[in-house]
Amino acid sequence: MFCDVCKTKEATVFLTQIVEGKMQKVNLCESCSKEKGVNDPTGFALADLLLGLGAAQEIDKNPAGGRCPVCGFSQVDFKKTGRLGCSACYDAFAEGLTGMLKNMHRGLVHAGKVPAKLAVERRRTQELVRLEEGLARAIADEHFEEAAGLRDKIRHLTTEKAVPDEVNRMAAISDKMEASASPASKAGKKS
Amino acid sequence: MKLSRIIANTGEWLSGSGPHDQIVVSSRVRLARNLKGKPFPGWAKKSERVAVLEEIRGAVEQLPEMEESFSEKLEDLSPLEKQVLVERHLISREHAAKSAGSAVVMNTAQTLSFMINEEDHLRMQAIRAGLQLDEVFAMINQADSELEESLDFAFHDDLGYLTACPTNVGTGMRASAMLHLPGLVMSEQVNKIINSVNKIGLAVRGLHGEGTEAMGNLFQVSNQTTLGEAEEEIIGRLNKVISQILEHEQNARQILLQRRAETLLDQIGRAYGILCHAHSVTSKEALNLLSFIKMGVDLGLFPAKNRLQVDELFIETQPAHLQKGLQTTKLGAEERDSLRAALIRAKLKQMPEPEIGKIPTGSATTLPSEES
Repeated sequence: MFCDVCKTKEATVFLTQIVEGKMQKVNLCESCSKEKGVNDPTGFALADLLLGLGAAQEIDKNPAGGRCPVCGFSQVDFKKTGRLGCSACYDAFAEGLTGMLKNMHRGLVHAGKVPAKLAVERRRTQELVRLEEGLARAIADEHFEEAAGLRDKIRHLTTEKAVPDEVNRMAAISDKMEASASPASKAGKKS
Repeated sequence: MKLSRIIANTGEWLSGSGPHDQIVVSSRVRLARNLKGKPFPGWAKKSERVAVLEEIRGAVEQLPEMEESFSEKLEDLSPLEKQVLVERHLISREHAAKSAGSAVVMNTAQTLSFMINEEDHLRMQAIRAGLQLDEVFAMINQADSELEESLDFAFHDDLGYLTACPTNVGTGMRASAMLHLPGLVMSEQVNKIINSVNKIGLAVRGLHGEGTEAMGNLFQVSNQTTLGEAEEEIIGRLNKVISQILEHEQNARQILLQRRAETLLDQIGRAYGILCHAHSVTSKEALNLLSFIKMGVDLGLFPAKNRLQVDELFIETQPAHLQKGLQTTKLGAEERDSLRAALIRAKLKQMPEPEIGKIPTGSATTLPSEES
């Protein structure tokens, strides 16, 4: 098999990438692969020079002259180095990065390990969201017994690591609930 | 602990054993991590890099598994020492090029190594002999979990661990295995295998990773993508592919034995002959010929007790290793080639000639008549 670029030498480097759902293959000889910067561990040069979709092109989707507000890294720097300046660059250049990440990876959402510190916080946030939705539904449906249970769970979760604002807010909700529950028969449980 | 004391011994991944270690030389998993709110090394000022270095180095040295370890700033290592570490796959070529603001910490068994301020603030790896990707992942995952108690790593809700290069974002993990595939190379099947592995989003590379040539019939298979899959899924995929390559290699060797035993014996015999008598051998030639000797050990043509000797030659004949015991200035390529030839001759002298009678083949007709 011959090299796709020079078409004279035997291809020894075989690249395959999925680009927008379509498979693209490029076969290169040793010297063309070096010249095209396939050695470049980023794979940018690859996308850029061979597949024509281009990291450079993707990153240009960001407003021209864009800079990361945190570290001052610019789009030009990114095009030049294939590296980002800091964590905040991922948000600063999000628009251009998304297309690039889509081409590079198997998805756009991390599915692996989460630092334990964050994992606890993450689970709690998710649980709170779930409980609050349940609470809102329960109040709307006037299922006050269920609402009281949910309220207690929320209160428990939020006071676990004292979040004063949240505790105050929950107290206000429970006052309101009691007020609206008292005329009803036995639903409102004193807390 | 001094580096010279550590490198006097070969690492566990070379001298140790593991499942399928005749074909799978080593398994390695590295994780890339960065500290929250700090610019990545390539963009950070020197003072910022030094601050990051101090913070991470302190945390790494405190790890229980690093009780017996070696820790040094890159600026305090000689070019030769750095190159020795590269040849042992303990630091990357990129890291070896760094000086002020970078460091390396590794344990004495050389199974764990931490590169500080490489492309990312921290690149940590575990490496062991044979096919044990699950085990090396468990080792490095454990170290990561311990480190995150004292270090705040940059983590994004959607994108996971943030890295200087978007190709590593998500898990920040690169898992790889080094495979010795002389059978597939000899039977000209290796390109087909590389092609199909590439198609499923895994990469096959040469001895020293990205952009390097495959020498000594050694190939590295690794994951290409890091975002969208859990670590265990990626490793599972890799394990499956490696098991298949392993099977193909074993089959290729069997077929060579049955159909081309003469060619096979010729190659091994020639490799032995040249290495026993040559007075100048380049490192590429050494690797390519040693590959046949290694296969000869696998096929029972050389005693199994010589295996470690042969495996060690793969590393000991690399340019920096050749010179590591010498206090002289850097040797020229020609001097190295003759030194290398002398080292190999000395080692192979302790090994008997290939016993062709031992070759486990059914087709006796292709074998010389002295076979009993």
